[in-house]
Amino acid sequence: MIKINNKKLAKFLGLKAIRLLILLIVIAAISFIMIQLSPIDPVKAYLGQRIVSQEQLAIMGNYWGTNLSLGERVMGWLSTLASGSMGFSLIYRVPVTEVIVQKFTSSLTLMVVSWIISGVVGFGLGVIAGAKEGSWIDKAIKTYCYILQSTPTFWIGLVLLMVFSVYLGWFPIGLSVPIGQLSDSVTFWQWLYRLILPAITLSIVGIASLTMYTRDKLISVKKSDYFLFAQARGESFWGIIKNHGIRNILLPAITIQFLSFNELFGGTILVEQVFAYPGIGQATVAAGLRSDVPLLLGIVIVSTIFVFVGNLIADMIYEYVDPRLRSDEDE
Amino acid sequence: MGDFMEKLLEVNNLSISFTQYVQGLNRHESKVISDLTIDIGEGEIVAILGSSGSGKSLLAHSILGILPYNSNVTGEIKYEGQVLDQKLKEDLRGDEICLIPQSVNFLDPLMKVSEQAIGECKNEKEHDEKKLRQREIFSKYGLDESVDDMYPFELSGGMARKVLLSTALVGDPKLLIADEPTPGLDSQSVKETIEDIKNLRENGKGVLLITHEIDVALRTADRIAIFYSGYVIEINTVENFKNADNVLHPYSKALINSLPKNGFNLTEGVQPLEDLPGCPYYENCPIRLDKCEKTKPNLIEHEGVMIRCFNFEGANNGA
Repeated sequence: MIKINNKKLAKFLGLKAIRLLILLIVIAAISFIMIQLSPIDPVKAYLGQRIVSQEQLAIMGNYWGTNLSLGERVMGWLSTLASGSMGFSLIYRVPVTEVIVQKFTSSLTLMVVSWIISGVVGFGLGVIAGAKEGSWIDKAIKTYCYILQSTPTFWIGLVLLMVFSVYLGWFPIGLSVPIGQLSDSVTFWQWLYRLILPAITLSIVGIASLTMYTRDKLISVKKSDYFLFAQARGESFWGIIKNHGIRNILLPAITIQFLSFNELFGGTILVEQVFAYPGIGQATVAAGLRSDVPLLLGIVIVSTIFVFVGNLIADMIYEYVDPRLRSDEDE
Repeated sequence: MGDFMEKLLEVNNLSISFTQYVQGLNRHESKVISDLTIDIGEGEIVAILGSSGSGKSLLAHSILGILPYNSNVTGEIKYEGQVLDQKLKEDLRGDEICLIPQSVNFLDPLMKVSEQAIGECKNEKEHDEKKLRQREIFSKYGLDESVDDMYPFELSGGMARKVLLSTALVGDPKLLIADEPTPGLDSQSVKETIEDIKNLRENGKGVLLITHEIDVALRTADRIAIFYSGYVIEINTVENFKNADNVLHPYSKALINSLPKNGFNLTEGVQPLEDLPGCPYYENCPIRLDKCEKTKPNLIEHEGVMIRCFNFEGANNGA
């Protein structure tokens, strides 16, 4: 159905790759400089509570290059980064890459599940509210969205925890594996069971904005000439919503959902903290609190790529799925 | 009238107004169509000719039952002798009464045009049947198979016209409502559109042509209704409209005299925006009477012509 022009795709991806590269260099440099200007002293962070003499401090500083100028340090960081190494995590005592791969994988499940839930539920509610604009169900959905939109994620997480884990006892309080069990020996169901509450909390954040967006789009479709014409042709109301409404709002809604990767990442940090779910979010908080500079910088870079990919997919959907933008014979 | 044959469509004293809120909570009633009476027979083309933006399209919307919720409608519409209520409108629209829309904006931008011509189907079988019919009609209008898979934005102006016309014909309707079918078309496309509409008449279909182009109305219709400031002021045959001496209303005369071929005689004055207590044409009328300022003339029959003017009421009474 969708014909893809390879030459055009290659050009498109090539340009995007160059953009990503520039973006990464800028982000890496800026975040590094910001950390250098912050009160965090990497030498002190490394030593923790140990008491050392001034001479030993100087030797450590010399070894790590804290005595170099800012420019030299930035160049050093960028060149190491270019060689593929992000340094050594101070908290986990393993290379940053390893930490990120492990933590990100466990977070990814959480993010993907809640992203799909928020997409399906948010879109569905938006279609109902938009189709029934002005009715009690529309008002109910709108109220629900306003409440969600103005409520902080961590608070929703806490409320869900209190209701479902503490009072009702349906779900565990936290952690992705039962206490006293090795993560290798966890069964799929145990794992899924512990994923439900954090995933729901995280998805709630995305629902409100997507619902309001979908509702708004559907209402504008309802005011269009082609909607009027479909009515004039005797098509049934829900038939028009399905054939013309959803057809015209699905693409922008999916795009919005891909553009929400940044909120998803931000939400993960809060949700993982509330539910003690060991993923990239917890690692971020730990790295920040305990001055694990290499890990923090690594996460910044990975999250940049993550959000960039979301945007890239959104762009590609428009370029290649929307027939109005898709042209087979490109220059 | 001694004519007992059922008309395809009869519109009697139709008025459409809108309730609007202006400046806060002040309700304002704006009348768009007032006391409109018109009829269309089988195999007949009746044009409603009025300036653009005067609300002519609302007549079409009213017949199809797609007026917005804040509209107030009085009067009566009959289809084949039956009163056309909302339920009947919903049953007939798309099947017996079809709209030929103004522009490509009335097509779903993300749906292939062949599917749009086919429209909503209950099952696969109905879809297959209608697909054959759609192909047949498309080929009749010279749209080859590559057009089937096009999206509305890919159509040229002329192709779009043919597709819009085809959407109305797949269901084999009896009454077609063409709403401004020729806006901004080149003269060749206008000519083709006029031919297409005339061909519908040959197949026994009734056509309500809504337009602001005098030329198109003159070249297409059997009868023309002049729409002025919300009122139909004269309904006359197209033959009579060819000569200013044969039409009755002073506005109709002015309209014909303003055509380039008739000397381009433009008259001063504008259409009133507000509903006046008297005749809507009072301000600009060269043959106005004293009572025209305060009383409104009705649409009456005068020697087979429908006219809204006091000057002919007396003549009728005398006859």
